[in-house]
Amino acid sequence: MPDDSNPRSRASGEPEPGGFIPALLARVGLSRTGETARKTVTFGDPSAASGGRFWSILSVSVLAALWVLSSIYEWVNPIFWPAPGAVWDKFVEISSEGYRNFTLWEHIGWSLYRILMGFGLGCLVGIPLGFAMGLSRIMRGMFDPIVEFFRPIPPLAFIPLVIIWSGIGERSKILLLFLAALWIMAIAARAGVSSVKLSKIHAAYTLGVNRRQLLFRVILPNALPEIFTGMRVAMGVCWGTVVAAELVAAESGVGFMIMVASTFLSTDIVVMGVIIIGVVGYGIDILMRKLEARLIPWKGKG
Amino acid sequence: MNEAGLSVEQVSMIYELPQGGRVEALRDVSFQLDPGGILTVLGPSGCGKTTLLNILAGFLAPTGGQATFGAHEISAPAPERGMVFQQGALFEWLNVAENIGFGPKMRGVPAGETTARVEHLLDTVGLQGFGDKAVYELSGGMQQRVALARCLANDPQLILMDEPLGALDALTREKMQSLILKLWRDTGKTIILITHSVEEALFLGQRLFVMAPRPGRIEREYRLPFAARGFDESLRDIKATPEFAGKRDEILAMIWEMEEEIMGRTESA
Repeated sequence: MPDDSNPRSRASGEPEPGGFIPALLARVGLSRTGETARKTVTFGDPSAASGGRFWSILSVSVLAALWVLSSIYEWVNPIFWPAPGAVWDKFVEISSEGYRNFTLWEHIGWSLYRILMGFGLGCLVGIPLGFAMGLSRIMRGMFDPIVEFFRPIPPLAFIPLVIIWSGIGERSKILLLFLAALWIMAIAARAGVSSVKLSKIHAAYTLGVNRRQLLFRVILPNALPEIFTGMRVAMGVCWGTVVAAELVAAESGVGFMIMVASTFLSTDIVVMGVIIIGVVGYGIDILMRKLEARLIPWKGKG
Repeated sequence: MNEAGLSVEQVSMIYELPQGGRVEALRDVSFQLDPGGILTVLGPSGCGKTTLLNILAGFLAPTGGQATFGAHEISAPAPERGMVFQQGALFEWLNVAENIGFGPKMRGVPAGETTARVEHLLDTVGLQGFGDKAVYELSGGMQQRVALARCLANDPQLILMDEPLGALDALTREKMQSLILKLWRDTGKTIILITHSVEEALFLGQRLFVMAPRPGRIEREYRLPFAARGFDESLRDIKATPEFAGKRDEILAMIWEMEEEIMGRTESA
């Protein structure tokens, strides 16, 4: 069989013909290569909208340039929007000297610690719950209304209750994040269990599995892709929720930093915090995707 | 009755529909199958052939009659009765060798023994060197080779095949038909194969059942020489003989008529 089944390996593996400039253009996504170069219908073809790296660089550069220019020509009052230099200075200062008893890294570390605890507990309870709901009519019947009721409630709506129950310490934040992750993970695990093809279950039984083997050797690995998708979603929600929870009440964390800075009108610190939230959130998702590609290479190939 | 023989006695299957009414998927199906035989089952959709296979596998309990394999009534799936599915029943989280070795591993066969057996089976189905490949990297035909090997690894006495070649292109399909014939000859397993393809049923079946719908039943049985001749003659030569062509046309006409009848009934209903 000719090896034309995998055009991507060819497109990225071999050097582009036609010299340096066309190769560079192709590399940044300004020109099309391989078979896509000869496609006459592009509008609506999903592959025509991929690989626009040049435009990503352009849009980010333009935003950055606008920011620099606006500060040089003082288009905006720095109280509303600080200069990039000021934000950078604060970043250097807080990463070395700290802010409110904690360095920048400790603030980030505290936020991440809360997420990992809450998310971890959410997985620990949510995944078995989802499995039970996917495997038993009684469990499905009992927990479906509960899960479906709590799922659309934004976790932040629980902040007042959680503070009344557990105060403003670590426990209340971890409890909140646990609630944020729990329903997402339960639903993801349930979907993963329900997605199994009956022929796989039947095949396993004719191959002589017992129930425990079926659960751990067939149903669990089969559900992993959906569980991992749920984990990515839950991670994103937890990150957003922890920052918001720290805005309300905390003594450390990125959200806490922003909240305190805002009461002193230190917009430079606020903006720095916002950028850090974005960067860390983006970083978490990239990490989860890398993990997914490594741990579950069979995703979408069933 | 021989130890590994299959006996089906007056098996019926009636589904009660939730909105009322009932469907007679099978009515009084009876047959015996000796060890080492190969039986193909053919029929239009809705004739109950998949229901029959699921009863023999032990996934369904019939509403009437009973199916016995060896000394025991069939009541649940068991490794003595292996099954090969149409497609998508491989475990994509395991590589080819792990898929083939799955059954022995689950039953606690020592790893060394399984490895040797898997190597041998890879060879048997023509997949030497593919052991550490991911199953989703293989073509449809190769995936079905893995499915056959995975079933054989467990050394079942009876192999049930539910349209194993149904999703393959015509050329791959013929190659796989020869492979199934070769496996039958080399292993001496009892095989029941369900198919939509008249040619496949004729070529592979020592015995062939043509089933009819409403109620699902065995309409006609053939005893055929083609599977035995397939040991010496090529598949294409056999399919080109006048006997083969004659049987094919006869059965096609029969199924055509059944389909017409179904259409007529649904139109008048």
